[in-house]
Amino acid sequence: MPEYELNDDGVVVVIGSGAGGGTLAHELTRRGIRVVLLEAGKRESLTSFSQVPNEAFAQLTWLDPRTSSGDWAPARTNPGLPAWISKTVGGTTTHWGAVTPRINPWETRARTTYGEVKGTSLIDWPISHDELLKYYALAEERMCVTRRAGNPGMPASNNFKVMHAGAKQAGYQRVHSGYVAINSRAQDGRGFCIQQGFCVQGCKMGAKWSTLYTEIPRAEATGRLDLRIQAMATRIEHGANGRVSAVVYRDANGAEQRQKARVVCVAGNAIETARLLLLSETGKFSRGLANSSDQVGRNYCHHVLNFTVATFEKPVYMWRGTSQAGLVEDEAINDPKRGFAGGYFIELVGFDLGSLPLAALPYGWGRDYASFMDGYRNMSAVMIVGEDMPRPDNRITLSRTAKDAHGLPVAHVHVDEHANDIAMREHGQRQCRRMMEGAGAKRVVHSEGSPFATHNLGTARMCADPRDGVTNAWGQTHDVRNLFISDGSVFSSAAAANPTLTIVALALRQAEYISREMTARKI
Amino acid sequence: MSSNGVADRRDFLKVTGVLTGCLAAGSPLALLAPSRAWALDLTAFTSSQGATLLSVARTVLPHDGLDDAAYAAVVHSADADAARDAAARKLYTDGIASLGSGFAATNEDQRVAALKKIESSAFFQQFRVKALSVLYSTPLAYAHFGYEGEAFSKGGYLTRGFNDLRWLPEVPLGDAGPTPGAAS
Repeated sequence: MPEYELNDDGVVVVIGSGAGGGTLAHELTRRGIRVVLLEAGKRESLTSFSQVPNEAFAQLTWLDPRTSSGDWAPARTNPGLPAWISKTVGGTTTHWGAVTPRINPWETRARTTYGEVKGTSLIDWPISHDELLKYYALAEERMCVTRRAGNPGMPASNNFKVMHAGAKQAGYQRVHSGYVAINSRAQDGRGFCIQQGFCVQGCKMGAKWSTLYTEIPRAEATGRLDLRIQAMATRIEHGANGRVSAVVYRDANGAEQRQKARVVCVAGNAIETARLLLLSETGKFSRGLANSSDQVGRNYCHHVLNFTVATFEKPVYMWRGTSQAGLVEDEAINDPKRGFAGGYFIELVGFDLGSLPLAALPYGWGRDYASFMDGYRNMSAVMIVGEDMPRPDNRITLSRTAKDAHGLPVAHVHVDEHANDIAMREHGQRQCRRMMEGAGAKRVVHSEGSPFATHNLGTARMCADPRDGVTNAWGQTHDVRNLFISDGSVFSSAAAANPTLTIVALALRQAEYISREMTARKI
Repeated sequence: MSSNGVADRRDFLKVTGVLTGCLAAGSPLALLAPSRAWALDLTAFTSSQGATLLSVARTVLPHDGLDDAAYAAVVHSADADAARDAAARKLYTDGIASLGSGFAATNEDQRVAALKKIESSAFFQQFRVKALSVLYSTPLAYAHFGYEGEAFSKGGYLTRGFNDLRWLPEVPLGDAGPTPGAAS
């Protein structure tokens, strides 16, 4: 592996090695560009992944403190851990459920489609859906997505049989074992899924796509990737010309380092990306880097997430099998007659015993609670994932009270739910209940919301008018030509789809653009 | 800590209390354990505090067939937090004191009523989450609930029942894919 000099100002520095950063690093290096990839976490492997659920959680999760407020569930259930994201090489692609639906065409025209929704800051995407489709096809092929790119679907697990029967009873038509970035047959040098049910703990088969064992080793094989682990970016610096010039980070020993750069790409997941831009304020950029619009950190979206868990007369063993191989697409439409704008997917979830109470049922106690848990063998679960409304004051700011190990203010996450989000969740709960009862459920419970956000979006969004967001249609910041955002922060609106596929598609597209602009010496 | 800043080993080994129990004869762990009797050292709580906390755990998550040893794991984890962190120790010991020394000896209805009164306290909330996160991750809970745990070393569930449910209609082939390796 190359080790580039700290004062080498010809390298591209990518911050974060997940879906966006890992993919981008591979795409740039294979085009001949030299990349320094900074990752705050350690490097695990198929061998080192723990299969004890709470150990795996500690192994992969970003556990640095955060603070939160607002009326959303995480501020009550997990105020110090409002978002469950990863801090490890491969980022959140190590622990994700690998659910990869596409954003629907009308969702990229959210403001136009939904009209003016009071109390929101909806905008349209500056990219056409046709343009996205081209990159979706590339991303699906690369990630070996089931039911796309000629790949077979996942086989039906017990848990999916329940979902399928219930969905048909509820009158749904578009019900199948899902689009998942998990090998349904051996390919890409990786084996097929053996139905372990340990997707979230790190897939020891490597059947689930993760940049940890796909994009990153391929980038290393080009001889142009300098991956630095336990390297926590703390500030992006700029020169007198207003271009970014270096990234300051703490190395594994806590020592401060400064890597010069020709281009900087930030892919720290929407909460940390916004925090890093805010931490990089200077006299010239007094509100934070690339923040002349005052939009950095605002319009934070996290999806309408809600779990429905049911018990049946007979066993389901929902922990056996691919955790999320099941999808209902019928509610991913825009039908204002339902009482809300936007749509949602209904997705299968199989919980291990340790995660079930913490993730889906963190509320009650006593006989009632315990008797429900006693039905674990006979349980089935689904969740909704829907579009939430962007609001200017749902935002990431720098905490006034809490600091991290380096003495820097941590991210504060504030969310007040919009009435549209609540109406969608209630509709989703009714529909999920209908499904479960249709399949013969004895008892059905819903979570209040999600105890953690897992899809973090919109905090440096793409926009045609620079006043509405932070970047242009390529994730290039409006204020600073050689500064790019390469993760879910750039989503102009949340859409209903789980975001990783779109993050990868946008990273593939962004890499083409950066390479072209570097060749043309525009950056 | 001793005066030279090196942790004194005796501090770590100082035992403040002990929890004891006996695994039920039918308990899955009883088949494996060298002896059915178990004892757990406490390093922050007294035996009486530990017994109260164990009773709180049983009242919060009452699974009748689940052995006390599983609930003792929750107390053990809280005890470790209390030994490490003075604020946690105060939170727990004050909370335990507020329930009174006779708590564990009262009947379940009385225990539930006592806990309802402190449901919104930081003590109760923290301990409830502790119980959720520890109890259901113990080997005894795995056995009680039928959870089969780690699957990679056994080849996943591909040939061990991931699709053995027969009480609902089979999914039509167009809605799901083939099972890899299965005879077609």
